[in-house]
Amino acid sequence: MPIISYREALNAALREEMQRDETVFLMGEEVGHYQGAYKVSQGLLEEFSERRVVDTPIAELGFSGVGVGAAMVGLRPVIEFMSFNFSLVAIDQIINHAAKMYQMSAGQFHIPMVFRGPSGPAVQVGAQHSQSFESYYCYVPGLKVVCPSTPADAKGLLKTAIRDDNPVVFMESELLYNSTGEVPEGEHLVPFGKAEIKRAGKEVTLIAWSKMVEVVLEAATELEALGIDAEVLDPRSLRPLDIDSMVESVKKTGRCVIVEVGWSMCGLGAEIAFQLQRECLDYLDAPVERVTSDDVPMPYAKNLEQEVMPQVKDIVAAVKHVLYLD
Amino acid sequence: MAQIIGLPKLSPTMEEGVLVRWVKQEGDEVEPGDLIAEVETDKANMDFALEDEGVLLKLLVEAGATVKLGAPVLILGEAGEDISELLVEAQNQLSAGPAPADPVASAPVASAPAASAPAASAPAASAPVTPVASMPVATTPASGGRLLASPLAKTLAIELGIDLRTVTGSGPGGRIVERDVRAVAGTAPQAAQTAPQAAAVLSGETALAVIPPGPLAVPGNDGEYVDKPLTNIRRTIAERLTAAKRDIPHFRLTTSFEAGPLLAFRKRLNELMGGKGKVTINDLLIKGIALALRRVPDANVAYLGNAIRYFTQVHIGVAVALERGLMTPVVRNADLKGLGVISTEVKDLVGRAKDRKLKAHEITGSTFTISNLGMFGIDHFDAIINPPEGAILAVGRIVKQPIIDDDGKIGLGQRMTMTMSCDHRVIDGAVGARFLDELVELLESPESLAL
Amino acid sequence: MLAGAMSSRADIRIEPDTPENLEATTEEELLPLYKTMLSIRRLEEASAKAYSVGKIGGFLHLAIGQEAVCTGAVAALRPEDYITSTYREHGHIYARGVSARAILAEMWGKKTGVVKGLGGSMHMFSKEHNFLGGHGIVGGHVPIAVGAAFKAKYHGEKRVSAVFFGDGSATIGGFAEGLALAALWKLPVVFICENNQYSMGTPLYRTTAAPDITQRALAHDMDRDRFDGDDVIKVKRRIALAVERARETNRPTLIEVRTYRFRGHSMSDPGLYRTREEVAEWKKGDPLVRAKRRLIEELGVDEEKIKAIAAEVKDEIADAVRFADTSPASDSYLPYVIKE
Repeated sequence: MPIISYREALNAALREEMQRDETVFLMGEEVGHYQGAYKVSQGLLEEFSERRVVDTPIAELGFSGVGVGAAMVGLRPVIEFMSFNFSLVAIDQIINHAAKMYQMSAGQFHIPMVFRGPSGPAVQVGAQHSQSFESYYCYVPGLKVVCPSTPADAKGLLKTAIRDDNPVVFMESELLYNSTGEVPEGEHLVPFGKAEIKRAGKEVTLIAWSKMVEVVLEAATELEALGIDAEVLDPRSLRPLDIDSMVESVKKTGRCVIVEVGWSMCGLGAEIAFQLQRECLDYLDAPVERVTSDDVPMPYAKNLEQEVMPQVKDIVAAVKHVLYLD
Repeated sequence: MAQIIGLPKLSPTMEEGVLVRWVKQEGDEVEPGDLIAEVETDKANMDFALEDEGVLLKLLVEAGATVKLGAPVLILGEAGEDISELLVEAQNQLSAGPAPADPVASAPVASAPAASAPAASAPAASAPVTPVASMPVATTPASGGRLLASPLAKTLAIELGIDLRTVTGSGPGGRIVERDVRAVAGTAPQAAQTAPQAAAVLSGETALAVIPPGPLAVPGNDGEYVDKPLTNIRRTIAERLTAAKRDIPHFRLTTSFEAGPLLAFRKRLNELMGGKGKVTINDLLIKGIALALRRVPDANVAYLGNAIRYFTQVHIGVAVALERGLMTPVVRNADLKGLGVISTEVKDLVGRAKDRKLKAHEITGSTFTISNLGMFGIDHFDAIINPPEGAILAVGRIVKQPIIDDDGKIGLGQRMTMTMSCDHRVIDGAVGARFLDELVELLESPESLAL
Repeated sequence: MLAGAMSSRADIRIEPDTPENLEATTEEELLPLYKTMLSIRRLEEASAKAYSVGKIGGFLHLAIGQEAVCTGAVAALRPEDYITSTYREHGHIYARGVSARAILAEMWGKKTGVVKGLGGSMHMFSKEHNFLGGHGIVGGHVPIAVGAAFKAKYHGEKRVSAVFFGDGSATIGGFAEGLALAALWKLPVVFICENNQYSMGTPLYRTTAAPDITQRALAHDMDRDRFDGDDVIKVKRRIALAVERARETNRPTLIEVRTYRFRGHSMSDPGLYRTREEVAEWKKGDPLVRAKRRLIEELGVDEEKIKAIAAEVKDEIADAVRFADTSPASDSYLPYVIKE
């Protein structure tokens, strides 16, 4: 299997799906002539022309709405946000329109559409460019939300997203674009709603997605050195959410730490914790613990930024806490 | 100002202690740091010292009593102080709370030398029984009397048949968590976490494996009796020994031998070892049995239903009585090990059995078991076979008695009596007799044990 | 304040370069349009009545007085053209061909409604009629209509996308961005602003410094038109110019049609922001009255014929009310959340 980057895996998924289905098009700021702000769409303009690789002015609400309308009448738009922070100015289209259309029209109009782009903190890009919005979109029925953590998942999930008949919010991690891994060539589809056990263990379940999977795996290695056997689960798609796998894992381990780079208040981890306590109350030896970013807008200074985000030591401490070892 | 002093926590996992001996007496003056008493914890005998000065106005428990952690043991104050109110308070605490309502004089088995039979006839094997209804809620000082336990701990307690009121919580605020319940149940968390499949496998190999729980007893509260819910280990013992007694056609062979040379040999060995450990009679017996099984491999067998299994290795199970039940840690390849190694290994296994730190593989796979009640003053007894083994050897104490030698002269003998229980399906009388004969020969010429 | 707020038809200014004499018509053309407008009005009156007795819940936004705009505009479009509208869309969807039965049953929350009781008054859709809703977020639907045009151009279809919105949309981002993208990408969109003078209860002069909505087109070098919506034929003709321009050249147009709603913004509107006199003044320009007068006075249609049409419409709406009354309640919402 070739080893390619997360960025290249996304590019391959886009290219393959555009080759496969003429109704798929990519639209967003700098996707064409600039070759993509993060080079995810590199080379696509040359292959598919301006008709299908559409540069837009800075008008997220407008071009997201264009995507919704195009999806209603039979196209499969892939709308790129240069950053999911900018999706907030288009959130009306995502939540009020894309997510509602199928139901409001009683099934007459569905929205086969992908909103994608980098999400979460990058490196020192400050308060307005360092946010994680998966919880916002997970809140909404009618949407699917996906957060790949590896190049293989990036490709397989994006292909699945493009073929899905519903609006999919596809959140990439800017910090993972350069990460590499084995990625199957050609047809590689990763289903939604199926968590992956990244590491099997017996004593505590660690749940994380996107960039945090990497951090959690590092923590798990450190925990192993301490004699603590952690299981790591990556739900991959957050909506639908494979709560069954989480329940199964927590029933086995009796303890759970959920790690997310977003904020704590109303974060997805809170929902997972709720569902876990409902489904496995009698199996829990400790309250479900969460590790999140600090409850502040992201500061610029590098040291402060590090401090705000979940780090390996925070995860190790949380695990010790649920094991009553602190 | 007089005060009630409770039993202090003298080990990390201590739940109760036996007040072995008062070092100071009522009326004695004490300084901070003075040794007041010796207390036997789940780990060891510990010194009980006070942090205050004063006069021991009243000792509230007798030596030998088992006392819950924190229960009143003495009243300290100034000479001549009126302690009548404190006495009432202490009595109230003792009857309602942490202390045993019934003074318990007998030492718990856990402190006994580490050997006993899995036989139901093992004496004094049960821990002091405190009426369940008056069990303390010692775990939850900050919770206003509510019992705090994690949901998993509660679930496990039901599964394992543990009364949570007997468990000390190690979590925040005294919360009882999984490890606390498992500690009481005596199940190793790792082994237990792989249950139930792993448990099923284990139960085929050892008498002490985890088995599914049956119906629970209901704690009585009318004072006429006490129902203490079965611990998992006790339930396992009950089921497996019942099955063994019912299904295995036991027959018994008893013999005795002259143990004088063995005692002399042990003395000589221990002199040679200096301070580096002590070989016990039991260690010598383990080695003897192992060598005898080598000489008579037909006794190192198991009945499989459609075949007889001849073990090619000799692993000796050593029955150990613990407060919570019986365990048989295994000395592997005992025939190949030196006496010093066996001695060290047994000590380590028994110690960890008490600390609940044995791993599953350390209590499984024995091919023959020895049970020794000699240190309990038992002359001789017979034991129930520990399936799937073919035999078990029950050993009594060494008794001085007159013997008539070959010349017809009466002399002083030091006789040890052993009874071998055999599974007649795989071991016939002659085989058993041959084994005992070889064993006696080895033990009466103990130097051969060192060969 | 109210005197200042009062607007009149005298304000209306027609772009000087638009062709003249677009109002000439025939009985064959006008009579069916009159009938459509009458049906829409009766339909809305029936829904107002039903609302007052609780058969319709939630919001109910009527467009009584504005019938010429939707009727004339839809008449200028072909069936394959897309229509996207606001929450005040009863007239648009009816003019498009959806039955009064399906519309009223929808408002009644019935299974037989055009969207099975899941959308209600504000959210009606009909794929069969290329009717893309029925949207409750002011301005949000404008880019969606642009998206439909994007698709038409993507596939090289000669299809136009018409989008209706109110003067209240003129200030919101969705409208601004939709307009900008349609102009930039040369998409076949006809933007039809139904300027009924009020965004809910706030008069135009208090919501925008440039009350000529079509001035927004200038920023994008876009064609525009602006006229009075009291005459259905005029509406049809003027919009047809833009529709054909879009169809043939992909050039979008921003059109502002001045009109007036005789009822409140919604059924719960106390109407304190305008005077009775103002309403009475505008009612003189009632498009139904005007069409009827033209039919009788200009085209010499027999009054009996018009009465017969009125009777027919009355029966149609009465039947639709009965249908809505007797239809089974909406019964399931789960199948349409996620498409499997």
